[in-house]
Amino acid sequence: MRRYSKTLVFFLSLWPIYVISYQIIFNQLGPEPVDRIINHFGEWTLIFILLTLSMTPLKQITKSVEWIKFRRMLGLFTFFYASIHMLSYVGLDYRFDFEPLINDVLKKKFIFIGFSAWLLLIPLAVTSSEKMVRLLKQNWKKIHRLIYIIGIFGVLHYIWLSKTIFFKPLIFLIILIILLLFRIKITRSAYKI
Amino acid sequence: MIKFKNSEITPENIYKKRRSFIKSVGLGASTLAMSSIPFLNKSLASERDKLTSYKDITTYNNYYEFGTSKSDPYRNSQIFKTTPWDIAIEGEVEKPIKLSMEEISEMFISEERIYRLRCVEGWSMVIPWMGFSLSKLLSKVNPTNKAKFVEFESVYDPAQMKGQRYPVLNWPYNEGLRIDEAMHPLTTVVTGLYGKKLPNQNGAPLRIFIPWKYGFKSAKAIVKIKFVENMPTSSWMWASPREYGFYSNVNPNVDHPRWSQATERIIGEGVWAPRVKTLMFNGYGDEVASLYSGLDLKKNF
Repeated sequence: MRRYSKTLVFFLSLWPIYVISYQIIFNQLGPEPVDRIINHFGEWTLIFILLTLSMTPLKQITKSVEWIKFRRMLGLFTFFYASIHMLSYVGLDYRFDFEPLINDVLKKKFIFIGFSAWLLLIPLAVTSSEKMVRLLKQNWKKIHRLIYIIGIFGVLHYIWLSKTIFFKPLIFLIILIILLLFRIKITRSAYKI
Repeated sequence: MIKFKNSEITPENIYKKRRSFIKSVGLGASTLAMSSIPFLNKSLASERDKLTSYKDITTYNNYYEFGTSKSDPYRNSQIFKTTPWDIAIEGEVEKPIKLSMEEISEMFISEERIYRLRCVEGWSMVIPWMGFSLSKLLSKVNPTNKAKFVEFESVYDPAQMKGQRYPVLNWPYNEGLRIDEAMHPLTTVVTGLYGKKLPNQNGAPLRIFIPWKYGFKSAKAIVKIKFVENMPTSSWMWASPREYGFYSNVNPNVDHPRWSQATERIIGEGVWAPRVKTLMFNGYGDEVASLYSGLDLKKNF
């Protein structure tokens, strides 16, 4: 069973693709389909950031290292969905019309911070392989701490684009804060030892 | 979930045929009424002026009293009670009055008014409202010389409106207009759409509609209309004064801090339809631009 757990998580992680494919095929995207597609992948990107950040706390809580083997895959899915999210905005919504897009990135703070979060994901995706971990040694850990900043940027992106923080943005914010507080706790107890 | 019975709805194709019939014959008071509506005058109505479907108009709504998601209002408003319903007209008037919905529907005849609704979020619909000019209703009272603005207050009923149980906005929903804006013939009291009674999720039993302003200016389920001396602070101004101004005229040249207002997406057009350019005053500039001569619209957004 354990041998197949990674394969299982892989196919489960494709859930957002199954959902949107179903909605496209059966014409269930609703009155604003472009918005629906963009929001769908945006929301799933955030969910995958939170899932990625949950693995280390789960390891601590359950005292099982099993969780860590999913972390890289979940992180790469985060990058995958973030890229579809951004591409659907650039391609579907703005038809690769770069003038208003550049204007948006520079002038609208929620787009600026969202785009920054996507840029920051690139070095993490590039250095995700086993080879890179060995090559970068101590620096690898430092680079991959960027995920905390990416998580904060991602949730801020959601809060700023929403007309009100109630309720979904607030829920994401609370979960993110809990997951980040875990890090503070972990490092503190590490220092004590 | 309550579904509409098929028999309750005039099928859209018949509805549209009926309209083109009236138009082609060129008779009837409604044709005359429609000729005052700018974009219908063009003999070839473009793609953007096509009526939005009844389904989209009644299932895709921003009505935070019933929840913040677009599908919430339809889902959560079906059991909302709109009878009995009174509307008070008060404030800086010689004699305040209170009218029931029945009295209002007897006093004023609703006509079909097709207007584009442009949401501040960057999408638009074309809606065949039923209604009459607000000026007719306001003429039932005599404002004092102190009256400069008109304030609209929506119903406060957290027992029936579950969105009001949370501090999403400062309830009750509040909006306002300058008196000359309120008296403009395009400013409409809405009582129905697609030739039918106004659905709850669209603001039943009575709402206002101001075609040249962003949708949130058009308050729903109104219980009080108040003449006041000072510029009212609307619910959205109160929530974020930097983002929502008092005027909130549709203006492609003034961006919302978070959204560009240069273009809009037409509801019901599908995944591959491109955005279209947003029109100044939502296309009603010929009628309303004079209201704002000499006013810096960048500052008074």
